[in-house]
Amino acid sequence: MKAAAFDYHRPANRAEALDMVGSLDNAKFLAGGQSLVAMLNMRYAIVDHLIDLNHVTDLAGIEMTGDRLRLGAMTRQRAVKDDAALAARAPIFAAALDYVGHFQTRNRGTVGGSLGHMDPSAELMALATLMDAEVEVQSKAQTRSLSIADYPMAYMTPAIEMDEMITGVTFALPGEGHGWGFHEHAQRHGDFAICGVAALMELAGGTISRTAITVFGIGMAPQRARAAEDMLASQTPGDDLYRAAADALDDLDYTTDAMASAAYRRRLAGVLTRRALADAARRAGGDRR
Amino acid sequence: MTTKSISLTVNGKTVDQEVEPRTHLADFLRHGIGLTGTHIGCEHGVCGACTVLVDGQAVRSCLMLAVQADGAEVTTVEGLAGNADDLSPIQAAFREFHGLQCGYCTPGFLTSLTQLLMENPDIGEEDLRKELSGNLCRCTGYAGIVRAALAAAQAYKEAAATGMGGSR
Ligand code: FES
Ligand code: FES
Repeated sequence: MKAAAFDYHRPANRAEALDMVGSLDNAKFLAGGQSLVAMLNMRYAIVDHLIDLNHVTDLAGIEMTGDRLRLGAMTRQRAVKDDAALAARAPIFAAALDYVGHFQTRNRGTVGGSLGHMDPSAELMALATLMDAEVEVQSKAQTRSLSIADYPMAYMTPAIEMDEMITGVTFALPGEGHGWGFHEHAQRHGDFAICGVAALMELAGGTISRTAITVFGIGMAPQRARAAEDMLASQTPGDDLYRAAADALDDLDYTTDAMASAAYRRRLAGVLTRRALADAARRAGGDRR
Repeated sequence: MTTKSISLTVNGKTVDQEVEPRTHLADFLRHGIGLTGTHIGCEHGVCGACTVLVDGQAVRSCLMLAVQADGAEVTTVEGLAGNADDLSPIQAAFREFHGLQCGYCTPGFLTSLTQLLMENPDIGEEDLRKELSGNLCRCTGYAGIVRAALAAAQAYKEAAATGMGGSR
């Protein structure tokens, strides 16, 4: 199908972009376009004005300082996947990005676009949830930051206003020497995950000093598995422990849709959590593969 | 809705034209300038048939607006070989290894593989199959495509080694 007609605007900087979104009716920002243009073509989305952010250069960039990673909203997914310093410090980014669409869509798709679109199975949203990210948004009037816990408002709808723009996202990186695991199940590689699990683990003297587990693709937004995280604290890694953690995932919200039932998603969450924790423990123990 | 004038390079030639903002790059290439080698399968980013190179990067031309290609250098399947009678290494390998049947998906595979093999001529079969998962083919069963790509990788490797990396 073909998109309904709209006007196209190409701001040269943030101030122009914010002016436009504050004054035009039924306007939307265009980032990488890898979801939005498809929705326009199918007329799931109909806009009067499209504001193209691809020429606002100060929105892109990767900055790592200590245990903070900031990704500018217009940073291409490909740039994140290929960043050597990030791959050395937190390999889970490259591993997760490998599941985001296909290399052709990552060439154009952006970090901010993915956060704004908020697909339930989006890997970047999962990483943001895993690493307690802060999302920066800006309007003409103010700049503010939202913790990822407060960011999802409804299905595919973040808690940002019509005149606001996502400018970047900052992740709290796990400590040096941490282990990680990332697993998802989809019908085909690159397809939307029916369920995915991302995990981080830090060890101190053979016992678990810190874990984070995020389950995604199961409901409106990625969810932290707090009960499982709590029961892993100060324990010694091992298969029985991972199985117990997989059993502690009942308090998450699982949805049924055309792809899978809530019960099947719950089952997958357990299996993938076991695998992700085993990987994370192995890597935290010094086997970096 | 106001039209926009754009100026871009397509297969080495400058193109200046007025476009409606809603026209995506695939429709512009096919209907605006008559380059029907770029195919449209799904128009929502799933099939990969519409893949072209924009500034050397493989992108889905149904997910990019023609206005966004203003100033860009676009290469379509028509521009992969030097001139009409030539074939690029990947095109020659597709012919030799039976990488196509009906040919509908072929332009997308050829442009995608051009970026993949130029950037990573050492790619192995497993990674190759994963990277090609964004291109659908309903005829071949992919075996010929994968064989062709692995054979062509050798040619791209030799080109890189002899410093002739500029040729597609
Ligand atoms: S037509 Fe563009 S991906 Fe199918
Ligand atoms: S050759 Fe017919 S779809 Fe691929």
